[in-house]
Amino acid sequence: MKFLLDWLDHRTGYKDLVRHGLYENIPGGARWRYVWGSTLVFCLVVQFLTGFCLWMSYNPSSQTAWESVYYIQYEMTGGWLLRGIHHHAASVMNVLLVLHLMQVVIDGAYRAPREMNFWIGLILMQLVLALSLTGYLLPWDQKGYWATKVATNIAAIVPVVGPAIQKLIIGGSEYGHHTLSRFFALHAGILPASVVAMVTLHLLLFRRHGITARDPKRKPDAYFWPDQVLKDAVACLAVMAAILFLIIRPWLFGGEIGAELGAPADPSEPYSAARPEWYFLFLFEFLKFFPGGTEIWGAIIIPGIVMGIIFLMPIVGNWQLGHRFNIGLLFSLLGGIGLLTYLAIAQDGRDPEYRAAVLSAEHSAKRVKLLAKAPTGIPVSGAVNLLRSDPLTRGPKLFAEHCASCHRFDGHNGEGLASSEEPSASDLKGFASREWLSGLLNPSQIDSPHFLGSTKFKDGKMSRFVKKDVAAYSDEEKEYLKKVVMAVSAEAELKSQRAADQRDASLISDGRKLVADGDISCADCHQFRFADEDATAPDLTGYGSREWLLGFISDPAHGRFYGKRNDRMPSFGKDGILNPVEIGLLADWLRGDWLELEE
Amino acid sequence: MKKASAVLLGGLATAAPVAASLTVFLDPLQRKAAAGGFVKVASVEALPDDGMPRKFSIIADRVDAWNKVPNVPIGAVYLRKSAPDQVEALNVVCPHAGCFVDFSKERKLFGCPCHNSSFALNGSVSDPKSPSPRGLDSLDVEIRNSSEVWVRFQNFVAGHGEKIPVS
Repeated sequence: MKFLLDWLDHRTGYKDLVRHGLYENIPGGARWRYVWGSTLVFCLVVQFLTGFCLWMSYNPSSQTAWESVYYIQYEMTGGWLLRGIHHHAASVMNVLLVLHLMQVVIDGAYRAPREMNFWIGLILMQLVLALSLTGYLLPWDQKGYWATKVATNIAAIVPVVGPAIQKLIIGGSEYGHHTLSRFFALHAGILPASVVAMVTLHLLLFRRHGITARDPKRKPDAYFWPDQVLKDAVACLAVMAAILFLIIRPWLFGGEIGAELGAPADPSEPYSAARPEWYFLFLFEFLKFFPGGTEIWGAIIIPGIVMGIIFLMPIVGNWQLGHRFNIGLLFSLLGGIGLLTYLAIAQDGRDPEYRAAVLSAEHSAKRVKLLAKAPTGIPVSGAVNLLRSDPLTRGPKLFAEHCASCHRFDGHNGEGLASSEEPSASDLKGFASREWLSGLLNPSQIDSPHFLGSTKFKDGKMSRFVKKDVAAYSDEEKEYLKKVVMAVSAEAELKSQRAADQRDASLISDGRKLVADGDISCADCHQFRFADEDATAPDLTGYGSREWLLGFISDPAHGRFYGKRNDRMPSFGKDGILNPVEIGLLADWLRGDWLELEE
Repeated sequence: MKKASAVLLGGLATAAPVAASLTVFLDPLQRKAAAGGFVKVASVEALPDDGMPRKFSIIADRVDAWNKVPNVPIGAVYLRKSAPDQVEALNVVCPHAGCFVDFSKERKLFGCPCHNSSFALNGSVSDPKSPSPRGLDSLDVEIRNSSEVWVRFQNFVAGHGEKIPVS
């Protein structure tokens, strides 16, 4: 072994190199305050290692980016940990950068002859921030997509060259394949290569000038190895422990471990929960203070001036007073950043709409992962289509947007939000189910706002019939009514009632006869099974079935439904307010018909 | 003592990222090839009576990492009538290094365009100088409903004398 090592040393001189690396003199001995630079190098190495392994399974295109990240996180062994480390190490690096900067400024380590190294450090900080920003988009989830859109639109407000810069960054006018390819080339190629070059320079210059020892020197000088290395190792271990804690933290509170992955990016799906990563929140909040037309001050000029002043710190710091000014400035900036971050978080915390948006985003994210895991898998057109064609996801949104101004769903707007206005049409939760129909036919309920109470049918024929005739029903007639409810409800062929419909087949058959021609004279007004030109009320044939609902939502004023008596409901299909796919999704959702998946 | 602690703690700090990177890197080793079931490929009538082979695509469901794609070409076979009521199937892939072999009607031979292996109509190595370690891979064939040709499509590891299914 020794022979081999000597042979190698003779040809490479590696022993000198190692000696030079390890036996650096540290005036005043090893100290904890010197660990920050080493923890940053440690994080960089971790990011390179985990980044390379993520790269081997990542696919940058708008149909495969989210999908490949999903696959890494949920299908590949250890993928959640790998992505978790990469994601949270990025966060932790930003904190370490600030700590390193603070230590350098407080110790005056930027003073001559170390100005160059201070500036290289600032460039490195910018590079790390750029890595964070580009990495945020790569999973191509809603959060990254909308947050990065904001960031690239800010680039466009730079005078003259802004729009060109924006086009170059996103690879055209629209976000798509090339946006991801370019961000990935920046994130995994150009930026890391620049970081390596800058870190090399940074370390070489650091070695040239030596450590800036903090006075008073309480201990004798020591070498870097092993005293400082031991302290550095402890610090790196603490950093890794913090990263691992961040990864499992959601699990401690009942969430999902690893790094967050939202629903796939969808330019047609609004995302009100879009926020940048927490270390950029202060910039996000800062922008709120600049009214239209003056954003350039908040986004570019003021941050640019601040960075400029920080760049000048080594020169200002040559005077004793200047050094104090620098320390004061640094703490004021950090205080300001802290305050802005707090404001951003506090404001979101108070905003019920933001909280609802976050909840809805979590639902979509959960749902799309279930759909992706289902045996049908992810189509080549991308996971975004799983959500676009999912009634459970789209139904509530369509309902909230188009129906909830009059209707309610279980008392809310479909998405769980209460409405300030009174409902002016029926509550459609469980529409056409036995329970819903029993309520409609209940004399004490029919003219409540839950059913016809807020419509022009409040005192109409149906309402009068229920309140007068049904209210006076004998016990025998009440039994008939139950069968009628079962029969009409069976027309809907609801998934939730499939078992009950099968069980009660003979009662339903009796009920059909009663509907068509019996003591309970539905057919006086409603059409049932046979065409009836005199019918004045909605068709009971296939009542609540998919086909019936498609027709009804498309055109409630059609002769088969309300005809001329239609009360305010728009003809969503006929007038082109909703397309057939959307009407289908709405109908399926109202009927409770979607892919049921176990978690 | 200090030196040992420094190395130990430094090692501990890198343990999680190294372990996570390695497990994800090695994940493909756990992946299994799709089990080859019988696939309907053609009808007996589509095959020439003179025993010459004809090439057909294998259409089946394909799982490609996260995508599941129904009914897409996943490979190809040469089918030929070896007797009036008998059909033979050969995988088109050369067992030497995996190139797609051509069939020459003039020479009545399969030839690999990469390293010049040549194979007889029944798939056996025809020229002893061929680098291929074995003949073309024959596949199980079933005739169903009197005229449907069903093939159990499988790929085999290249470069071996024996047929070892790709796992």
